Amino acid sequence: MTPLDYDFLRGFLKTRSGLVLSNDKQYLIESRLMPIVRKHGMTGISELVQKLKAPGAESLAAKVTEAMTTNESFFFRDKTPFDHFKEVMLPAMLKARAAKRHVRIWCAAASTGQEPYSLAMILKEMGPQLAGWRFEIIGTDLSGEVLERAKAGIYSQFEVQRGLPIQMLLKYFIQNGDQWTISPEIRSMVHYRTLNLLNDFSALGQFDIVYCRNVLIYFDQPTKIDVLNRTAKLTAPDGYLLLGAAETVVGLTDSFKPIADRRGLYAPTVKAPAGAAAAPAKVFAVAGGRPL
Amino acid sequence: MKTCLVVDDSSVIRKVARRILEGLGFAIEEAEDGQKALEFCYGTMPEAILLDWNMPVMDGYEFLRELRKLPGGQAPKVVFCTTENDVAHIARAMHAGANEYIMKPFDKDIVEAKFAEVGLI
Repeated sequence: MTPLDYDFLRGFLKTRSGLVLSNDKQYLIESRLMPIVRKHGMTGISELVQKLKAPGAESLAAKVTEAMTTNESFFFRDKTPFDHFKEVMLPAMLKARAAKRHVRIWCAAASTGQEPYSLAMILKEMGPQLAGWRFEIIGTDLSGEVLERAKAGIYSQFEVQRGLPIQMLLKYFIQNGDQWTISPEIRSMVHYRTLNLLNDFSALGQFDIVYCRNVLIYFDQPTKIDVLNRTAKLTAPDGYLLLGAAETVVGLTDSFKPIADRRGLYAPTVKAPAGAAAAPAKVFAVAGGRPL
Repeated sequence: MKTCLVVDDSSVIRKVARRILEGLGFAIEEAEDGQKALEFCYGTMPEAILLDWNMPVMDGYEFLRELRKLPGGQAPKVVFCTTENDVAHIARAMHAGANEYIMKPFDKDIVEAKFAEVGLI
């Protein structure tokens, strides 16, 4: 890709989608657009640019825009949601589910799989401590295409370098040239389903932990409220909801409440019988780092 | 301010790394091969070392092994930054005491993520 090709694509994407690329994102263009280049039997990005400049390229232009605007996802993205998993949710679940030893986790915007696989790797790292436990991780996304990528579990060199510690790369990925494939033992821990959050999702069953990050920001107020309330219905009373850094339940619904000192982490509001203090006890326990 | 020693025989790479790392709040020192880097470390141990593998005189791997033998040589966080992108090289580097590993080409996001990973930022 020549600097002129890059400049053209930057301008093209800005006009079509508002996407703004800084001057060092050539790799992003290559990792997103090379599949299109290959699919159409072109020789490279330069030929793609020539085709985009030619008249009648609308269908190609739409594909290029879609490929570039799909949200980026990193392994262990934002770090704290995974610290919450290790430090709060897992210890609480190991105690609360000690009898049935079965925990269900839902990644509601699984995208290309980095979030559910990050959770699976954390579980794997815990080793023998989880022997005899069943952790079910369900990843859903609106786009069947991104879920196909998630299922394949193949990532570019750039994708495995942001957020993923090198030791985990060595341990849980198989190298194939400049691509890295998640190991079968991690891949088999996650199941994927196409799902539109605007539709009824009650058939998914009850979950102990729900990750729903960076989705609500795209919805209007009534839709946010609706999705949160329906999520509350399938979250276990002692379960958890994790939202993205720019999202909150505050001012939208009473069905979840924030957990003190744990940014982005929420607990369902349990309608406790008179006198019972189930909900405050949980918040207190988490703040003290020792689930009751 | 933490100091990062950038060790690479390419002046272009050193310049790019300097710009990124200065943006992350590091004071930068440069060395063009492992021998020069080692000489710098005899005097002052930097907090961080961004280390290329293939260099004339002394390569990055040999430098790392020598560094870790020095008094205080366990202290610097060493992040390899190299085109040696295969599992065998990565495993060798980690075994020799590297803290993280960047596969070239790299950008600011990757450097930032890796330096955060080892607790430098």
